[in-house]
Amino acid sequence: MGVKSNIEKVLGILALVTMLVGSYVGLAIVPADAAQGNVQRLMYVHVPAAWLAFLAFFVVFVMSVLYLIQRDDRWDRVAASSAEIGVVFTVLTLLLGMMWGKPTWGVFWTWDPRLTTTAILLAIYVGYGALRSFAEDGEKRARWSAIVGVIGFANVPIVYMSVTWWRTLHQPPSSPRSVDPDILWTLMLNLAAFTLVYLYLMVRRVRYAKLEGELEKRMAYNA
Amino acid sequence: MSVLHRAWAIVWKDLLIEARTKQSFNAMVFFAALVLFIFSFALGPDTELLQEVAGGLLWVGIAFTGLLSLSRTYQNEETSGGLEGLRAYPGDSRAIYLGKLLGNIVLLLLVEAVLIPAAGILFQANLWPHALGLAAVSVLGTIGFSLVGTFYSALTVNLRAREVMLPLLLFPALVPVLLGAVNATTLILEGDLMGEAVVWLRVLGAFDIIFFVICIWIFPIALEE
Repeated sequence: MGVKSNIEKVLGILALVTMLVGSYVGLAIVPADAAQGNVQRLMYVHVPAAWLAFLAFFVVFVMSVLYLIQRDDRWDRVAASSAEIGVVFTVLTLLLGMMWGKPTWGVFWTWDPRLTTTAILLAIYVGYGALRSFAEDGEKRARWSAIVGVIGFANVPIVYMSVTWWRTLHQPPSSPRSVDPDILWTLMLNLAAFTLVYLYLMVRRVRYAKLEGELEKRMAYNA
Repeated sequence: MSVLHRAWAIVWKDLLIEARTKQSFNAMVFFAALVLFIFSFALGPDTELLQEVAGGLLWVGIAFTGLLSLSRTYQNEETSGGLEGLRAYPGDSRAIYLGKLLGNIVLLLLVEAVLIPAAGILFQANLWPHALGLAAVSVLGTIGFSLVGTFYSALTVNLRAREVMLPLLLFPALVPVLLGAVNATTLILEGDLMGEAVVWLRVLGAFDIIFFVICIWIFPIALEE
């Protein structure tokens, strides 16, 4: 317990410090983009949020497969925690993207393939969370949500491809080679900060899920 | 008995019940017609506008109507413990999925056989020259819809809020099917001069194959007690 709570503390402090440094560098040190001005600085939080959202859902997928193979509650707790945090990051991605889209494109929302896919992704994992809250039995909840975790993730590339064919007018994503090294460096710093925040939230959320599971067991025992 | 035999027995049983009671079919056709009517009211009497969006309206109608029959797939079994009975039969439980899937596909295709001509009359579109293309879209689209739908209705049948949970899980998963079916239908109705509809038919076909494999593979886990 002592070691675990130490890990949690260290992760929390590291996340806070890198977040502060990353925000300071992104807001004050790196020069503003020549074409877009200060609005471009949103990218330093928008892109990491999006990457972390995808990472979180990938973790849900891997943990769901592991659960279906081994039927160990541990994997279910990690999957559920990652799904919740992934939903938070997805909402953040969409909101930050809208804040950037309004001054840059002139609209909050457009049916761009990546935007649309992200919105559908949000719907898939909100459904995952709803299923969990409606299922009462612990074993069934774990099994059913693992199935949704597998099918939901397997569907993402198909959704993305079909939406891309539907709207073929999107701009290609920037590659590291087409980006100024200062911008890339700041982006990586913020990505590290977001990853630490994700890890910190995961450690806390998984611990909470474990306590929740124990409480559920005791309540069932007393009833 | 092989898996296919047992699946066929379930299809036959369900279709026989349906043929004798017609409870699902009648309700579905009536509901689908109402959906088309409501769309026509909502979008006004502009026939040109209606013709332009006919593909979308048609598939939203099919999706909502299909949802009606999906939620009954396993509920029908529940009343007298039928699902426990099916589960108790020896052999691969995938036969249950296959049987229910085929039953849903047949029922939904029958409803579409009434709904699509009715939409043609309402929206004043001449469908005869496009009959073959429309049939292809509706078969592939219905298979995709039923594959995921039959699977998720098994997953949600024991939930408290199954009426909410089924569409909540199903509709995001169906985005490729809806995009494929709507775009193919619209292109075919416009005459498909560029031959683009085939691309969307391929999307539907690919979705059908991928989800057939996934659903068949996972179904026994979903049905465990």
